[in-house]
Amino acid sequence: MSKQAQHWEKTRSLLFVTLAIWFVFSIGIFLFGAEMNEVGGPFGYPLTYWFTCQGSLGIFVILIFWFANRQEKIDEEFGFSERGDN
Amino acid sequence: MKGNFIDNLPKVYGIYTGGFLGFIIIMAIAEQMGMTAKTIGICFVAFTVAIYAIIGWLSRTAQADAYYVAGRQVPTVFNGMATAADWMSGASFVAMAGGIYFKGYGYMALLVGWTGGYVLVATLLAPYLRKFGCYTVPDFIGTRYGGNLTRFLAVVVLTVASFTYVTAQINATGTIASVALDIPFQYAVYVGLVSILLCSMLGGMRGVTWTQVAQYIVLIIAYLLPVFWISNKIGAGFFPHFMLADEVARIGELEQQFGFVKNSAADLANVPKGLAGITKAHSAVNASPWAFISLALAMMMGTASLPHVMMRYFTTPSVKAARKSVGWSLFFIFLLYSSAPMLATLSKLSLMDPSLPTGIIGKSIADVQAIDWYQNWNAANLMFVSDFNGNGTLELNEFFMGGKAVVLATPEIAGLPYVISGLVAAGGMAAAMSTADGLILAIANAISHDVYYKIIDPKAETAKRLVVARVLLVVIGFAGATIAAMEIQGILGSVIWAFDFAMSGLFFPLVLGVWWKRANREGAIAGMALGLISGMGYLIWVRNGGSGFLGITQLTFGIFGSAVSLVSMVVVSLITSEPNAATQRMVDEVRVPSGRSIIGKQ
Repeated sequence: MSKQAQHWEKTRSLLFVTLAIWFVFSIGIFLFGAEMNEVGGPFGYPLTYWFTCQGSLGIFVILIFWFANRQEKIDEEFGFSERGDN
Repeated sequence: MKGNFIDNLPKVYGIYTGGFLGFIIIMAIAEQMGMTAKTIGICFVAFTVAIYAIIGWLSRTAQADAYYVAGRQVPTVFNGMATAADWMSGASFVAMAGGIYFKGYGYMALLVGWTGGYVLVATLLAPYLRKFGCYTVPDFIGTRYGGNLTRFLAVVVLTVASFTYVTAQINATGTIASVALDIPFQYAVYVGLVSILLCSMLGGMRGVTWTQVAQYIVLIIAYLLPVFWISNKIGAGFFPHFMLADEVARIGELEQQFGFVKNSAADLANVPKGLAGITKAHSAVNASPWAFISLALAMMMGTASLPHVMMRYFTTPSVKAARKSVGWSLFFIFLLYSSAPMLATLSKLSLMDPSLPTGIIGKSIADVQAIDWYQNWNAANLMFVSDFNGNGTLELNEFFMGGKAVVLATPEIAGLPYVISGLVAAGGMAAAMSTADGLILAIANAISHDVYYKIIDPKAETAKRLVVARVLLVVIGFAGATIAAMEIQGILGSVIWAFDFAMSGLFFPLVLGVWWKRANREGAIAGMALGLISGMGYLIWVRNGGSGFLGITQLTFGIFGSAVSLVSMVVVSLITSEPNAATQRMVDEVRVPSGRSIIGKQ
């Protein structure tokens, strides 16, 4: 397998992992919104309410930075990272 | 200031932020010394708009690269701020807290959708489109799939979606300008338009970028300062985001105590149009899973298809920077979005709780009608009380408010000085202007670059192209303002439609262009045309009394449109021949971050 094909394979696996996490916090948990809201969440808010106000939103922010770092590592591993920028 | 400008950005915007805070303090002192509320409002709006105009003038350019993609040198964090301002519209600023206040959980699907979409932007599209090196989104579609028809269809989808959105933004600038400057709405709309064009006309994307950063700073200060202040003032906690659990629970108790009494149609007929009462639980789950998820999903896919957002990532120096920049964008958006529910909570509690001095429910109607702020906002058609049951006491179901009032009136209700209301007006203006600028530029650039330069006159010189681009900017702005002056729909309805239009026509052609090599021109044409037509058809059908299916409403019709788009694109691609070798190589190239961009300097 060529270097490029391997790079793409890894990139794609990272995509699937990222989208799986995204799916859980944007769609998955809201299938059980009513049940989850009976439980207390962080800072004492009802759990589903907390996810819609802060939880899911914050997780998305962290997820994107995590994804960007992982992708940079993959690019470096195959020598595809760009030079001379930030 | 040129050359070193990029290195000096933190300093420049640091001084700017300090200057703005100083201005707020000066206004606060002026208020104490007896400056009238009206003068303060005018000062805030005029001062900030003048600053944006100066930035717009300093960013003037005669180069295509600077005009279309800000010279591709916008650092990650600043691009994040600019995107956040580009993204957060007048509706996010003025109407979102109100939506949460009235509709609770069902509405909060928008919060999840409008943030979750950025994960799709970061993973599926932004870095690849940055590598591609295009000037506009249709530029990517046209080059990836080949042919003028694909390019043209992409421009059509972009225009339909963005134009739906931009009229709402111009409308919002007009509303704020008309209140702050005290002029009739029909004229205020054009004052708003001129302010918008001042930012973008001379510098194109470069001007818009640096004004959007400035606008973000104004709008975030204007949103957060009142939230923290009110929270401290009513003793709810110094950091509301982490400390409002008791208040949320207390609203639940009060809801139980007052009960949600349904008003008769005859009573409701007396309530002014656009005002609503509290009829839904604040923190309880009040929507079915599918209603919530379908709205969130539509907004997420729409986010990833809206060209005015995507084109912001064309301005970063590298692919790596584009990815990080999406993270920063969402971080800056998060600051406002996570505060909106807190504002809704504080606003609702201060009105509902009889044990607070600001609480009005349970007071006598005559007392409420005598309150200053009630009279002001009643005159502005944003508040209304009526003694339906004739007992002389204000019940929960007898109090009505406009969605905008949650952001606009809460500072006054909580007894904050007027300077805060002036600040909020400036923030709303910044939010609406920055989004309008991004949208008008997206449309004008697509038509000038993709239709005029790429299809009609490929030999046109840069100077001529930029003249065309600027003329289009003005024409589109005026068209938007003219429609906005007619006041056809509410701000939020048309905003949500824009997401549905964009996802119907563009989501799958964009994503599959990168992720599916086999996708070809015929497929893309089918995907864009059938997606947009079926989405639009569904909307028209439901608007005209159609029952719809699968619980897809007029707010989520993009789910139907994009499904049609996906199926038709895959089927048509598979029954026609695969893309040629050159195109396949191009897709391989896009997937690798290093190396030259696909389209060089244009």
